[in-house]
Amino acid sequence: MHKRYGDNAVVKDLSFEIAPGECLGVIGPNGAGKTTTIRMCLGLTAPDSGSIHALGLEMPRDALAIKQQLGVVTQLDTLDPDFSCAENLLVYGRYFGMKDKDIKARIPELLEFASLTAKAQAKPGELSGGMKRRLSLARALVNNPKLLLLDEPTTGLDPQARHLMWERLQLLLQQGKSILLTTHFMDEAERLCTRLLVLDHGQKIAEGTPRDLIAQHLEPDVVEVYGNGALRLVDSPLRTYAARVEVSGETVFFYTQNARELLDALGIHPDLRTLHRPANLEDLFLKLTGRQIREDA
Amino acid sequence: MNSKSSSVQSDWRAPELSLRFWPVFLRNLLVWRKLAIPSLVGNIAEPLMWLVAFGYGMGALVGKITVQTPDGAVAVPYILFLASGSICMSAMQAASFEALYSAFSRMHVQKTWDGILNAPVGLDDIVLAEMLWAAFKALFTVTAIIGVMLALGITHSPKILLAWPILLGVGITFSCMALVFNALAKGYDFFTYYFTLFLTPVMFLSGVFFPLEQLPENVRLVANWLPLASAVALVRPLFMDQWPQDAARHLLVLAAYAGVSFWIALALTRKRFRK
Repeated sequence: MHKRYGDNAVVKDLSFEIAPGECLGVIGPNGAGKTTTIRMCLGLTAPDSGSIHALGLEMPRDALAIKQQLGVVTQLDTLDPDFSCAENLLVYGRYFGMKDKDIKARIPELLEFASLTAKAQAKPGELSGGMKRRLSLARALVNNPKLLLLDEPTTGLDPQARHLMWERLQLLLQQGKSILLTTHFMDEAERLCTRLLVLDHGQKIAEGTPRDLIAQHLEPDVVEVYGNGALRLVDSPLRTYAARVEVSGETVFFYTQNARELLDALGIHPDLRTLHRPANLEDLFLKLTGRQIREDA
Repeated sequence: MNSKSSSVQSDWRAPELSLRFWPVFLRNLLVWRKLAIPSLVGNIAEPLMWLVAFGYGMGALVGKITVQTPDGAVAVPYILFLASGSICMSAMQAASFEALYSAFSRMHVQKTWDGILNAPVGLDDIVLAEMLWAAFKALFTVTAIIGVMLALGITHSPKILLAWPILLGVGITFSCMALVFNALAKGYDFFTYYFTLFLTPVMFLSGVFFPLEQLPENVRLVANWLPLASAVALVRPLFMDQWPQDAARHLLVLAAYAGVSFWIALALTRKRFRK
């Protein structure tokens, strides 16, 4: 699919599929087109060209029929501030044409899933950030959807709340639901996603499982060196130990196949501090999309 | 993906309305039920103060006012004249307030509409629900005020029962018009213009406080086609136990304002949400 606003192409020739029970992660810098992609999947904005098929139906023609089987958690909570948690679920279930009796039967199990049983009568204003996100997730599950679209579901949460959210999403995957997830957190993507799509400037620049992507694009080890004089290492003979060297601020990143030899050689600079670790998704992300802060971000 | 080009739909296409609006209406009703009593006090206290202060105060100075009816000129107490006009004004204000400030809160501030759009409810149905909701609130407000008017003995006309559906229509007309401005608004400040630059002049030019005959001829030409003037022309005779003149024309004026405004409101709201 393809989408432009004025002269600005926000999504270019993007194509992807999600298999049942799969979690597809979409990662990319701000402005990469992640949210626009989700909005097109929801029929809220129409692609200029291309087509979107889901559950045997087509967007935007069958938008309502598709949404009947979708669960959505948006970046910003859209909970009703005047309603308790239980009422939020009841009112949202009605939008799917569900009978009050059926929704009310489902509410206790949804609240338990969201660890909000004790908060059933509390209003969103009385909830913590993590609780609100979990209520949004519970609300998205009211219609027992087959596919979930989650736009940055853990942004702004503390580690405890984030881990609880991950645990719940893993439960949903085990139940056979499919998830399309956008995130800025590489550990989240690595942990939850069976497959990843890296977007930049509206284009797919990489696709694959997290492990494969790292193996395909990166050397296995990273040695970070920082401290007084670290930047001089970039042009020193040490460079030959690394396949690739990057500088960010005062830190030098050596991407290498043989970290041992590099670390031994660094022994002659005892005043420099080093950190040796395996290459991860964050390295991949920065390699593919650059280290610079985007002016429009 | 296929290279098939999707047809971009016009914002001005025909309304796509369905019964899916109902849960959205129910949502607003559920919120309101929690706040009904305080909101009712606010909604009826002000119009009643106007009525009592002006009706009895000014009424003592003005005495009776002559109104043209099919049976000829009839002199009525000023308070009855004012009550029958101000009830229309109350319907106008209640509907306008709900379809501007409250609808805007739900649409823009709370993002309630965005949440609903992720469920199988179309934007047109949300706008329809908001329109009917604002009309319902107007009807609720005027019902309470009519109750007080009956208790005060301002009118005893049984034809007042017919004024009730007409006032619902007045609510519908003004909520449709307000939703046009809701779709255009960037913030609450914008609505101040609508109230002071549009609704206030409409209020003075529609025969609420004094007969339209008092206006200069060329102003009357405009005033005759204002929706509130038609509302007053329909409702006032019913309060006087008379039948309205030119009822069909006035109903048509209200319906035309409502229909055209609703269509514009839909198109502008679609445009707002298309981004």
